Amino acid sequence: MTTPILQLRDLRIAYGAIEAVKGISLELAAGELVSLIGANGAGKTTTLNAIAGTLGVAGGELLYAGQRIEKLPAHKRLRQGLALVPEGRGIFTRLTVEENLRMGAYCRRDTEAVEADMERIFTMLPRVKERLQQVAGTLSGGEQQMVAIGRALLSRPRLLLLDEPSMGLAPLVVEKIFEVIRTVAAEGVTILLVEQNANLALEFSQRAYVMESGRITLSGSGADLLADPKVRAAYLGEA
Amino acid sequence: MNELALAIPWLGKRNPAAARWVVMALAIGAPLIAMLFGKTWVRILDFALLYVMLAIGLNLVVGFAGLLDLGYIAFYAVGAYTFAFLASPHFELHLPFWLVIPIGAACAALAGIILGLPTLRLRGDYLAIVTLGFGEIVRIFLNNLNHPVNITNGPQGINMVDPLVLFGWDISRPLKIGDEITVNSLFLYYYVFLAFVALSVVLVQRLQVSRVGRAWAAIRDDELAAKAIGINTRNMKLLAFSLGATFGGAAGGLFAAFQGFVSPESFSLMESIAILTMIVFGGMGNLAGVIVGALTLTALPEILRYVAVPVQERLFGHVLLDPEVLRMLLLSLAMIFMMLLRPAGMIPAHSRYSKPELVVGKTAAEAAK
Repeated sequence: MTTPILQLRDLRIAYGAIEAVKGISLELAAGELVSLIGANGAGKTTTLNAIAGTLGVAGGELLYAGQRIEKLPAHKRLRQGLALVPEGRGIFTRLTVEENLRMGAYCRRDTEAVEADMERIFTMLPRVKERLQQVAGTLSGGEQQMVAIGRALLSRPRLLLLDEPSMGLAPLVVEKIFEVIRTVAAEGVTILLVEQNANLALEFSQRAYVMESGRITLSGSGADLLADPKVRAAYLGEA
Repeated sequence: MNELALAIPWLGKRNPAAARWVVMALAIGAPLIAMLFGKTWVRILDFALLYVMLAIGLNLVVGFAGLLDLGYIAFYAVGAYTFAFLASPHFELHLPFWLVIPIGAACAALAGIILGLPTLRLRGDYLAIVTLGFGEIVRIFLNNLNHPVNITNGPQGINMVDPLVLFGWDISRPLKIGDEITVNSLFLYYYVFLAFVALSVVLVQRLQVSRVGRAWAAIRDDELAAKAIGINTRNMKLLAFSLGATFGGAAGGLFAAFQGFVSPESFSLMESIAILTMIVFGGMGNLAGVIVGALTLTALPEILRYVAVPVQERLFGHVLLDPEVLRMLLLSLAMIFMMLLRPAGMIPAHSRYSKPELVVGKTAAEAAK
């Protein structure tokens, strides 16, 4: 068996004395599209931030492509191909769309390849191309999310961490965003998706983990979890 | 420079080349115009240029990197006292200025890092409080380090600081050209300061469009996202503090040489706030705005001082309101009107974005290429 691209072993994350993630283990094989679902405050965003390195780890192991990375600072993890699209999109509101996208290539020196990637992203996100010179803060929520994803792609990630890309967006827009994510996945990028919209996430991904108060309570293929009565009761609003 | 020229009403947009010449002519001719009103005004201009340097430095920290610093004057103090230590009878040292000013700037940069390290995790109002405390600590140290070992000479300050001597030419003495013309040293200081300001402007403009400048913009807008795209936010914040402090330190050295003495009272909290006011007033994050803000807010209170006293004497027979009180009043009023009328400052940063027609014009021009 090949080494999984990402492995969490009994990972614990704490804010001061309060443990938000109480020892979780999960695994992603290269090329997989996996989602992490759960209610508000379950520790999903915390987990993602810890994987990206913007948050410290209290215990356990975090392996990326077989290497321990708990001590690696965030900017070095990105250089190894681990990119995060933060919750609430996290775009640079006072820069233009183009400046935002180019910031994604901040760590790259291969200018020509960056230009090629820009073109590739324009074909993937035509709406974004129309607004290159606009200040990013004036875009609609969906467009901002597209910019955030485009920016993350410009770092040429091997593993893309998406934090609630559907948050606060209209269903039609969400559909478009997920189409983009599917295209990215088809290009071979491994994706870990955090979602509150469990229905959507489960339909969309190959496998999923369910998180509850800092622990993983269920895992399985998207279809299995969708059929699971417990999941249906807790997250899909069925009695 | 270009930004300043473009900001000139009417002419700037129509004829940028002419506007550029206007800016240059004004910069060079300003002391001659000021001389018509008396020597004091040339002195005020000299001080205005020092404030421009301070505002440029503070803008790096507050406007570019988004780190609110309320103790910036401390770096000015570090630069000024370094100059006074190394070039005055106080320690019997008289090093040349081209050595002392870089040393002062370096000391200030170090002080910037010392301030930056413990405050890395702080943002916004928390950061503001800590930096405010830092500024006061530096001032109080200067005030009290005369005992048991006399280092700073306490509240009396250090006197007889060496003037600037450029390659053996003491510019604090009037320059004689032939027998007829003498050039006052205030003019000479003006042009030296102008050179320093020009150098600062060029440096900061280069910085703003560099990788470092973009990293600062990212941190200012969203620190988490900045980390997520691979920016070493810790180093970049420290760099902002230390580079900003460098400008303050250099200006401090010039100040010490110009004034001839330094004392802790020049570096009060009000000075930090005054510089911040200049930035906010002129347009935070915009170099041209910051320069205009510093010049306006240095000159206006002085104008007021010279107008208010005679007016009050004529109206009431005596002076009711001290001009120093009026200065604070005027600063506050200026801020209130600014917030109401132009919340982003006189020349807002990225003004091109607020005018869609310009943006469209730019893309059209690019498409034509």
